[in-house]
Amino acid sequence: MKLTVKNLNFAYEDQKVLHDLSFEIQDGEFVSILGPSGCGKSTLLNVLSGILPPQEGQVLIDEAPVKGVDGRFAYMPQNDLLFPWKTILDNVCLYGEIHHRKKEMREEARAQMARFGLKGCENKYPGELSGGMRQRAAFLRTTLCEAGIYLLDEPFGALDVITRSDMQEWLKDLCTKLKKTILLVTHDTDEAIYLSDRILILGAPGEGIRREIAIKEENRTREWLYEQGSLRAEIHRIIKTKPREA
Amino acid sequence: MKKMSRMAPVFVILVLAAAWELIVQIAGIPLYVLPAPSDTLRAFVSDFPALLGHAGVTVMEALAGMGISFVIGIFMGILIDAMPTFKRCVYPILVVTQTVPTIVLAPIFIIYMGFGYAPKILTVVLMCFFPIVVSFSDGLGQMDQGYLNLVKTYGGSKAQLYRIVKIPSAMISLLSGLKVAATYSISGAVVGEWIASQSGLGYYLIRAKNAYMLDDVFACVLMIILLSLLMNGIVKLFGWAVLPMERRKVKAGKQLS
Repeated sequence: MKLTVKNLNFAYEDQKVLHDLSFEIQDGEFVSILGPSGCGKSTLLNVLSGILPPQEGQVLIDEAPVKGVDGRFAYMPQNDLLFPWKTILDNVCLYGEIHHRKKEMREEARAQMARFGLKGCENKYPGELSGGMRQRAAFLRTTLCEAGIYLLDEPFGALDVITRSDMQEWLKDLCTKLKKTILLVTHDTDEAIYLSDRILILGAPGEGIRREIAIKEENRTREWLYEQGSLRAEIHRIIKTKPREA
Repeated sequence: MKKMSRMAPVFVILVLAAAWELIVQIAGIPLYVLPAPSDTLRAFVSDFPALLGHAGVTVMEALAGMGISFVIGIFMGILIDAMPTFKRCVYPILVVTQTVPTIVLAPIFIIYMGFGYAPKILTVVLMCFFPIVVSFSDGLGQMDQGYLNLVKTYGGSKAQLYRIVKIPSAMISLLSGLKVAATYSISGAVVGEWIASQSGLGYYLIRAKNAYMLDDVFACVLMIILLSLLMNGIVKLFGWAVLPMERRKVKAGKQLS
């Protein structure tokens, strides 16, 4: 599915957050959004997922406008948000429970457990799992949504460095298999370089997209990532640049 | 060590009872002033059939009152959470109802509703519904907005928001309210019976008191304590049934120790 954002505007009271924001994500593309804190990254995902109504502008999927909450978006929030009173299996089947298809989804979820490194955790409660496992469960819940576009809001932000790099590895492999359109919001430059086809760098609140960087490398390894020092430095420089007079 | 700390209150009670027994025996305090623990126990055993009969009536009234309070509590809790205007209108009134002493209201209920079970049950309701409403509506309002947003983006309806997120998350809070209400329920029924009735522990209590049979009065108080603990136990069982993860925690804890 192709995602198009056209002249999107959003302000909290008189604090402009998104101003005339426009970009496109092609079908099956992995795009990351980087930017300083407070630049409106999370607000953008909240508008796309329908939690916040857009004030001006348009969101289109395959050229057709989107109104309100849309099942073609699957939103994955910053913290895992697994219900502590539900088992992992019931947690990942949340979408099925809401849409009265819990039974079929349970079968599907059971089949997917191993792939998400959750084999044997079906009947455990979130409190019994490690942070990385909980995040994988949250990711499984997202993939069971039958959506075409994933919106990931700093999915590994709450994890320790080692678990985080493991999870990035795992997500990279998974994404090549899933072939979904993915929009990842992150503040981790390495994560963005390692995972994305394209990086959009947001400027200060209300500024819009400051720069777009395509990453062409097909064969990505950690060693490759460590050699990207100049790219990392450039991204940092772009993020740090003072905004032009708005 | 854990067992020791659990037995500590029992130990304290035993020591206090022994001291009480000793004082009564040494000072020769007459029965109509202060019965010794042994007198109380003797009265409890010898009058047990009568106590049990009256207790049945009291428990019935308490359970009926708790049931009604539970339904009102759940219903009002959801209304208060879902409609801010309703909350603004009703919440202060709820608080005011709790400032009126039950002992004043009970006789009025009897004037309106006669000498049957109804005024006693209403007294119980008046004492029990407040902790249930407050704990439940607070619990409903405390859920992290993130969970609510998640269910919304998954296309969940408002009813599903309550069924899937809010009501389960309010359970722990509701249970604490229910525990408070359960302990009040027996006292509520006894207060109602105290004013006017032909049966129940309140009736037994006032009859024994008027006859200066203080050992029977104390035995009745002992019965009231046991019944209140029983009601508390019923709530705990209810919690056990509705909170599967609590069950798991206890099991895990047992395995560890």
